[in-house]
Amino acid sequence: MYRYDEFDERFVRERVAQFTDQVARRLDGSLTEDEFKPLRLKNGVYLQLHAYMLRIAVPYGTLNSRQLRQLALIGERYDRGYGHFTTRQNLQFNWPKLRDVPEILGLLADVEMHCIQTSGNCIRNVTADHFAGVAQDEIEDPRPTAELIRQWSSAHPEFGYLPRKFKIAVTGAEADRAVIKAHDIGLRLRRHPDTHETCYEISVGGGLGRTPMIGKVVRDYLPKKDLLAYLEAIMRVYNLEGRRDNKYKARVKILVHEIGAEEFTRRVEAEFAQLDGPSINADPEEVARIAAYFAPPAYETLPAVSNTLEAAKAANPAFARWVEVNTVPHKAPGYTALTISLKPQGQAPGDATSEQMRRVADLAERYSFDELRVTHAQNLVLPHVRQRDLFAIWQQLGEAGLATANVGLVTDIIACPGLDYCALATARSIPVAQAIQSRFADEARQREIGPLGIKISGCINACGHHHVGHIGILGLEKRGIESYQITLGGDATENAAIGEILGPGLAAEEVPDAIERIVGVYLAARAEGESFIDTIRRIGLAPFKAAFQETARAAA
Amino acid sequence: MPLLDRTGSAEDRWTRSEGAAIGNIPAALVPWEVLVEALDAQEAEQVIGVILPNSVPFLALAPFLPRLALVAITFPAYADGRGFSLARQIRRAGFAGEIRASGPLIADQFAYALSCGFDTIELPEANAARQPVPQWLHARDSFSATYQRGYGETDRNILDQRRAARTARPLAAE
Repeated sequence: MYRYDEFDERFVRERVAQFTDQVARRLDGSLTEDEFKPLRLKNGVYLQLHAYMLRIAVPYGTLNSRQLRQLALIGERYDRGYGHFTTRQNLQFNWPKLRDVPEILGLLADVEMHCIQTSGNCIRNVTADHFAGVAQDEIEDPRPTAELIRQWSSAHPEFGYLPRKFKIAVTGAEADRAVIKAHDIGLRLRRHPDTHETCYEISVGGGLGRTPMIGKVVRDYLPKKDLLAYLEAIMRVYNLEGRRDNKYKARVKILVHEIGAEEFTRRVEAEFAQLDGPSINADPEEVARIAAYFAPPAYETLPAVSNTLEAAKAANPAFARWVEVNTVPHKAPGYTALTISLKPQGQAPGDATSEQMRRVADLAERYSFDELRVTHAQNLVLPHVRQRDLFAIWQQLGEAGLATANVGLVTDIIACPGLDYCALATARSIPVAQAIQSRFADEARQREIGPLGIKISGCINACGHHHVGHIGILGLEKRGIESYQITLGGDATENAAIGEILGPGLAAEEVPDAIERIVGVYLAARAEGESFIDTIRRIGLAPFKAAFQETARAAA
Repeated sequence: MPLLDRTGSAEDRWTRSEGAAIGNIPAALVPWEVLVEALDAQEAEQVIGVILPNSVPFLALAPFLPRLALVAITFPAYADGRGFSLARQIRRAGFAGEIRASGPLIADQFAYALSCGFDTIELPEANAARQPVPQWLHARDSFSATYQRGYGETDRNILDQRRAARTARPLAAE
């Protein structure tokens, strides 16, 4: 993975000093609260319901064991012994003291980490496919691109005061695991059909929130060397023309929608044509310098199938089920990419204790070339595990309460912090997630249902990505009572789609019943081997709506 | 209003006109709405600058640039960053006059403004009083080098410095 050079190191240290100075200027009155707020947001410091929250950037979800141990230490020393992994592959601490923040930033800088632009109206932390570098369907590793963008977007002099936040995601595979179509800019590495060179497909104007939109492709094949100039052109058009009169209409998706994708593309291309690419883009040697950090680790030559693994699976059915659900095939024979579920029964989705972080760090160091990933689904990944080590890993995860076999299944729920923590929330998310998990606790039943993504947001801002959940749940507040709106048919992959509302809102305690009925319709209607989302695509929403109405009536 | 340049407090030689009436003001700063009229009235020895709302597209301004000595871009709020992009476009067009940011900016934007092509910052009195000049100079130097190529000096650009290091230390040394 990427390592800081002297320039990166100095930059992050200077950022810590800058923020420390900003806090001092707020305290002595040089800066007003209004002036200070965007500055602290750009450093990931939010004022939450009960306390400040600190959001730490995990660039494109990549961590090493030293970094994760440092996060564990910070959680213990400055928080309540745990942290929360987010849908943008970051880590949040919910209880730090403002006065401790500069010290925490120093500890982060010690392990090449920071909180730069994890919030505020600027280019946010870049996200990427969590199986980057290991997925069998990968055309090119997206991490060098993501790292180049991380550097380019850090303290950008022109794009630090945008109309609204701006999120970029990168994938280099055929399957989209980075939800690129729900980002302000989505980049997909792909081969040009004629030249066979890798290029970028560029989508703009995706986003969730109160006006969900799927990104529109503005360039089918952008040569890789032109990336930064093209991004500059997009950002300049948005910075100049994005709406600033209404924060709810300020995202680039609204601009793209209002003037049309064609006109937006025309303006970007016109700006791009004015730019002197060579004076803006990173030169090929710089791109190669970054890419070299992401060279594959020194894999052993192994048989494609491990007899040790097969024997352990045969002897231990629970282990076999966990392997089946939580691992995916790897580029290197004999290896696998293992997802560690942070969705055990009865816990807040995405939370990990400091003790658990240390356990995962130890495993990454011993079994996964010291590397791990954070997924947008709020789980962790050991990306390069020898198949024959899986049994030992499973046992050690089990001791730490981390061996839940539910990745991609109905209980692997994405949920925002909701009203339990968040100042914006209109309803609770975590207890609803827990109630659904408890209803579908039977693991055999979960596997029988198969891949099904439930995503829960506690307000219209959609941090829980409910619009793109196969089943989406949006918590609202109606006359002082929490009300949950259910959507169906959303999709976060390369077939990105926004879910449709099934009917009137439900009370929290009615939600598990409604999910049960929806699942019932699917199980009755599905063809052999057909997944939940494919059944919806085939039969449409009508049968689900009918079943949903029954829940609503039964509740009334 | 207090004025700053790269080095600290600066003298303002410009006088704001009343509408289009530039009379014999030697350096007249006129509102965008009356620019055409003011240019018509311009005398040989006079220089003219314009107060440009940040919503004006660059293409509307471009035809006038050869006759302007100053473009003062307004910042209605410090968080409204349109001016940074406008300044970039104006510089790219080869404008060699002064570009000024006018409004309630904060010291933390000084380096950004200079990098985008601004020469001066014109602050409301109260803002200048709260944020004394040394704070601006300190904030200007917050970062010894930055990542974006094409903004400001190349010797403070990280990518250019890496490139220079590569050239100085050929592959054989690695």
